[in-house]
Amino acid sequence: MSTTIRGRVHVYRRDHINTDEIIPARYLTSDDPEYLGLHAMEDLDPDFPKKVQSGDILIAGKNFGTGSSREHAVWALRAAGVALVIADNYANIFYRNAINNGFLALEVPGAAEAFETGDEAVVDLRAGTLTNSRTGQTLTFAPLPEFALKVREAGGYLEYLKARESAAS
Amino acid sequence: MTQPMTLAEKILAAKVGRDVVRPGELLEVPVDWVLAHEITTPVAIRMLEQRGMDRVWNPARVVAVPDHTVPAKDIASARLYQRLKTWVQKHGIEHWYDVGRGGIAHTVFEASGLPAPGEVVVSGDSHTPNAGALGMFATGVGSTDLAGAIYAGTFWLKVPETLRIDLVGQLRPGVYAKDIILEVIRRIGDDGARSMAMEWGGPGMATLSMEERFTLTNMAVEAGGMTGIIAADDVTQAYLREKGTPEERWCIFQPDPDARYAERIEVNLSELEPVVAFPNRPGNGHPIAEAQGIRIDQAYLGSCTNGRISDLRIAASILRGRRVADHVRMIVVPATQAIYKQALREGLLEIFVEAGATVSYPSCGACLGMHTGVLGPDDVCISSTNRNFTGRMGHPSAQIYLASPAVVAASAVAGAITDPREFLTETATQLSA
Ligand code: SF4
Repeated sequence: MSTTIRGRVHVYRRDHINTDEIIPARYLTSDDPEYLGLHAMEDLDPDFPKKVQSGDILIAGKNFGTGSSREHAVWALRAAGVALVIADNYANIFYRNAINNGFLALEVPGAAEAFETGDEAVVDLRAGTLTNSRTGQTLTFAPLPEFALKVREAGGYLEYLKARESAAS
Repeated sequence: MTQPMTLAEKILAAKVGRDVVRPGELLEVPVDWVLAHEITTPVAIRMLEQRGMDRVWNPARVVAVPDHTVPAKDIASARLYQRLKTWVQKHGIEHWYDVGRGGIAHTVFEASGLPAPGEVVVSGDSHTPNAGALGMFATGVGSTDLAGAIYAGTFWLKVPETLRIDLVGQLRPGVYAKDIILEVIRRIGDDGARSMAMEWGGPGMATLSMEERFTLTNMAVEAGGMTGIIAADDVTQAYLREKGTPEERWCIFQPDPDARYAERIEVNLSELEPVVAFPNRPGNGHPIAEAQGIRIDQAYLGSCTNGRISDLRIAASILRGRRVADHVRMIVVPATQAIYKQALREGLLEIFVEAGATVSYPSCGACLGMHTGVLGPDDVCISSTNRNFTGRMGHPSAQIYLASPAVVAASAVAGAITDPREFLTETATQLSA
C-alpha cells in the first residue's frame, strides 16, 4: 500500500461540522453510496458535490463528524470522491466509523489554517507529515493506531473480524 | 491493592475480566445487549449477508425496535422496516417491539425490564448513552460496529477518560433535568466531553428521578461524550424492581473516591435557571431571559430526551385550560406506546387536544426531520429534543431552540419563547384561590 497521498484540498475553517451537514437525515432512507455522495456536505456547502473530484482532501477544524452515529457520513464523503479527511480531531463515533471502513481520518491540529481551498496537500502516512505544496509548510501528526492500519489492510472491520475468526478455527 | 477506577472503567474491567483498565487502552468488550432500529440496522444486516457472515451471536440479547420513520412515511421507509422485521423473524430475535407496541428504541429499552446495572449495550444510534443512567456502559456505534456486535457479541473500544459532574443542591420549581444538561454542555462546550465518559453523581443526584436521569445521560453525545453514566442507587433500584429486572443480574459498581478524572465540574442545582440552546449548537445555551419573546411557529414535545410521561405531565399542567397561540402548531409525540397509554389514562392527551395541539403516534417524529412536523424554510421551533443543528428538523434555514418540556408548553401558549415559571406561579395561585 502506498503511504504517500496527494490531493487537492477543500478547506472548511469551522469546528463541529456535524453529520447532519455531512449527510442530512432526509437521505437516510438510502444506503447507496453513489446516491449519498451526490448530497455530501450539501447543507454546509450546496456546491460541494459539484466541486469535489475523486482524490480530493477535506480539511476542517475541531470535532469533525459530531452528531449522529450514521456511517452514511463516511460513505457519502468517500463516494463523493474524498480520499481522506484531515481535522484537528474527530467526534468519537465518526472516528470509529472511519477506522472500521478503512477510511483515512487524520488528526492534524492547525491544518485548516495552513491551507487554502485549491492547494495541493501531500500526506506521508508513514512519516506522519502533511505538506502544503504551494507554501512548502509541513505539519506533523501522530501515526495512525496499529489497529486502524490492520483494519485498513484487511479492507474493513468486518473483513478483519472474519479473517481473525477463520484463522482461529 | 487494586488501583482506583471510575465507574466506566470498573464496568469495562469487569467485562473483560481484568483488575484494572486505563484510559487509552484498546479493548475488545463483550456486549450484553444490542439495540436495533430500522435506519442503521438493515445496513448492518446487509453488510453481514454480503460477507457470508449472516448470523446473530445471541438472538435473546438483541432488542429490535423500529422507531425513526414508523409507521412508514414512504415506500423507502417501508422497505427499511421490512428488512428489519424479516431479519428479526429469520433469526428468532427475542425482543421485537413492533409498531403499536414499541416507540423510540432508547425509551422502550430503558423501561423494558431488560437492561441491568453493570451491563454493556451498543446500538447504531448516538443517543444510546441514555441507558447509562441505569449504571451501565451504553454507547452508540456505526453500522459496521453494529454488524460486528451482532455477529461476534463484542465491539472494540478505546477506554475513555472520564469527566465527573457533581450535582449539589436541588432544582427549583420550573427548572428541570433538561436545564441541567443544557447548562453543562454550555459550560464545557459541544466537544467538552469528546470521546469521554460523563459520570454524574454528587449529593444532588438523589433528588432526581430515573426519568430525569435519563435526560442527563441521553445527551452525552451532544457534548461529544462516548457515554453518560450514573451509579445505581436507591432510586435506580426502586425503578428496576418496578420494571421487573431480575435482581440476580444487577451488578452495581461505585466509582472509587480517589478515581482519576480528566476533569471535574460541579453544578449547583439550586442556582439553575431555565436554559434555552439557541441555533445551531446544543452548547449554545442562554438563560431563558435572553430568549424571552422570540416568536415561534412550532412547539415540539417529544423525543428520547423528553418524551416521557413526566415530561407530558409537566406540559399538560401548563396547557390545562389554556390554548396554543393561534399562529403556533404544537406537536406532542409520546416516546413510547406505554407512555401514550399512560397519558391517555391520565387525561393528558385530552388536555393537549383541547388546547389545540396535535398528538402524534410514538416515534422519533420530527426530531430528525423525517416526518411528523418537518420544519419549512425560516420556521422557528421550540423543541424538547436534543439537537438543533442546521437542517436537523427540516429545512436548513429553520431555527431550532432546545429547551425543557415546560418551556415548550409555555412558549406554545404565549406564541413566543417564554419562561415557564410565569405559568407555574399562575397555576399555583389558581389552585390556592
Ligand atoms: S428521538 Fe431523535 S434523538 Fe432520539 S433516537 Fe429518535 S431521532 Fe434520535
